[in-house]
Amino acid sequence: MLVCRNGRADSLVLEGRALDPGRGIDACLRVVVEDGIVAALEPGSDARLVLAPAFVDPHVHLRTPGREDEETLLSGTSAAAAGGFCAILAMPNTEPVVDSAAVLGSLVERARDEALVPTGFLAAITKGQRGEELTEMAELAAAGALGFTDDGLPVAAAGVLRQALRYAGLTRLPLALHCEEPTLSRGGHAHEGPVSAELGLGAIPSLAESLMVRRDLALAGLEEYPVHLMHLSARESVEALEQALAEGVPATAEVTPHHLVLTDEAVRSLDPNLKMNPPLRSEDDREALRAALRSGTISCIATDHAPHARHEKDVPFEEAPFGVTGLETAFAALYTHLVVPGLLTLETLLERMSSGPARVFGLDEPRLEVGARANLVALDLEAEWTVTEDGFRSRSANSWLLGRRLRGRVVRTIADGREVFAE
Amino acid sequence: MSEVRAPAPPRRHLLSIADLTRADVERLLDTASGLAGSLDREVKRLPTLRGRTVVHLFYESSTRTLASFELAAKRLSADTMSLRAAGSSVDKGESLKDTALTLAAYGPDVIVVRHPAIGAAQLVAHVTDAHVVNAGDGKHQHPTQALLDLYTVREALGRLDGIHVAVVGDVLHSRVARSLVQALRLVGSSATLVGPPTLVPPELAALGCSISHDLRAIADADVVYVLRMQRERMGPGETFVPSLREYSALYGITPERVRPGQVVLHPGPMNRGVEIDPRVADSSAALVTDQVRAGLVVRMAILYDLLTVPAPVSEPARVEVA
Repeated sequence: MLVCRNGRADSLVLEGRALDPGRGIDACLRVVVEDGIVAALEPGSDARLVLAPAFVDPHVHLRTPGREDEETLLSGTSAAAAGGFCAILAMPNTEPVVDSAAVLGSLVERARDEALVPTGFLAAITKGQRGEELTEMAELAAAGALGFTDDGLPVAAAGVLRQALRYAGLTRLPLALHCEEPTLSRGGHAHEGPVSAELGLGAIPSLAESLMVRRDLALAGLEEYPVHLMHLSARESVEALEQALAEGVPATAEVTPHHLVLTDEAVRSLDPNLKMNPPLRSEDDREALRAALRSGTISCIATDHAPHARHEKDVPFEEAPFGVTGLETAFAALYTHLVVPGLLTLETLLERMSSGPARVFGLDEPRLEVGARANLVALDLEAEWTVTEDGFRSRSANSWLLGRRLRGRVVRTIADGREVFAE
Repeated sequence: MSEVRAPAPPRRHLLSIADLTRADVERLLDTASGLAGSLDREVKRLPTLRGRTVVHLFYESSTRTLASFELAAKRLSADTMSLRAAGSSVDKGESLKDTALTLAAYGPDVIVVRHPAIGAAQLVAHVTDAHVVNAGDGKHQHPTQALLDLYTVREALGRLDGIHVAVVGDVLHSRVARSLVQALRLVGSSATLVGPPTLVPPELAALGCSISHDLRAIADADVVYVLRMQRERMGPGETFVPSLREYSALYGITPERVRPGQVVLHPGPMNRGVEIDPRVADSSAALVTDQVRAGLVVRMAILYDLLTVPAPVSEPARVEVA
């Protein structure tokens, strides 16, 4: 269930180069929206903007409840609107954890008042995300959960995850898994490699992720239940996923813009806005992630938007919390660093930011189709802009892109039939 | 009439050996040699930095480093102020950034910072206008220690290049070792890291040195550099060696294990009977007190260089994308 505040449906006309890879559309069109529905697709003449199905972000931290100083439902969904998203999924690692229908229900009510963009909620797999007792998944599903995850933490015990995979069958909702073997990553601040060795930073080996990926895929295969692997970062994880998919394991995966663009070389600056979990890895890992995104082995781009208060990041690198924001920069970062240099086609980028994640979580695919709800983004691919702290709608500014120049800009977002962002 | 202003020169810091060139190292050591003469004079104070202010901001215990920085600044006639975390507003929960900003409000020329967290010196350099000297940030860097070690080696062996140093002990947790290995490479010398695989793991070869788990590997070295077990940097429940007894038996530097002609360095504080036998520590091969004396002149040279030499000593690393 996606929820947002009620409002009238808009009627408007957009014109541009319409690109909907899923519908095979690439033509200059006038898109006529009436009462929130795509009423007509007519030949157009002005192709300065690109019109595409709006984006879906399967991995956002809205920090609500508990850390509304870092993000609220309003600020987070405003950031999503500015990033071109028509739907986002919020993670349950809040204070308190979204592990009961009561907490989820109050969050859904707040979203009906505050959320600018349709928002879905994932609930925890285990109570308090402690990795021990299962949450009341059936009741959580009835209250609107779109899936289950202990994101931020792994389900460390294999036996607990196996029971979760079985019990979640009552709900038919996917389990989204944060793959990390905690005894291998403990005390780590950066990818294990030459950079962490030189800087003296506690290391998080690729194996901390890929070992858990292999375990989780084995369990998913055993129980024949779908799992979604979150924020993959290592080549070995991609290889394990490819192998499991070939064996018919029902699995999907996501990758973040920062893992697609950066490597651990960036960590040499010791800028706390380059500290994330999983950590930035090597050039070889980045290449594997890019290839998997192109081939579709990884079908989703996820921002893992993780707002942090300024005072929490204004500390030495080693003391800083993991996480960076990403909703407002995802498209431009990937357009600039992957599409412009020819490493990824625009069509593939649009697909992996929209239909790909929608399919994983059973959401309607945003599409350019007469009769469909209007979920559209207008993009100015020529626009150049600089990422600055005061340019964010998010309450937090812990972006890895601060000060960087980007190409491509979201200029308009229509979500669920309503204009939620216009530059 | 328009006023033409020259652009402000880039602020210079000493944050990491990685930011230095070989020429920087040689200039600093030559300056230190020049200053060493002043130590033998009856009046030891030089007027060079009169009116300048050096602040020492120390979040970790220190004997040698703080004492020698204070003395170095005083010998150059700078005003000094030392702040230890214990007994200051840090005890009241003040962040490093706020403490640095508070001290910066006094307009210091140099802030010397020691902190248990990697990246602390970078943060101070980022938020203040002072020249920042890293006096140790967690397991990352201790560049002034590496420079005083090079100075000590040059005094003892008469040269800086082609020297082979065996670094023995807890390299994993050692900022001293990281800085020293980088500095040795910079001047054309080499290092071998020696210790158990848990404290000298294979990924440390990325520093540009060789690795051995057999103490016999020190036989070829001109210099044996002994490290202390840094238990304060090991997390609760982490096991790196089963016991100090076994560690000492395998890697302790005893008189039988030191070849005639080798010199032995130790950054202090020493744990006699663990990583170093007292008979070695007190022998003429051990240059530990030479290192302490070198620390004074090298730190004088660093302060002098930062405040009087126009060429950049170091530029903080920049982020590279794609």
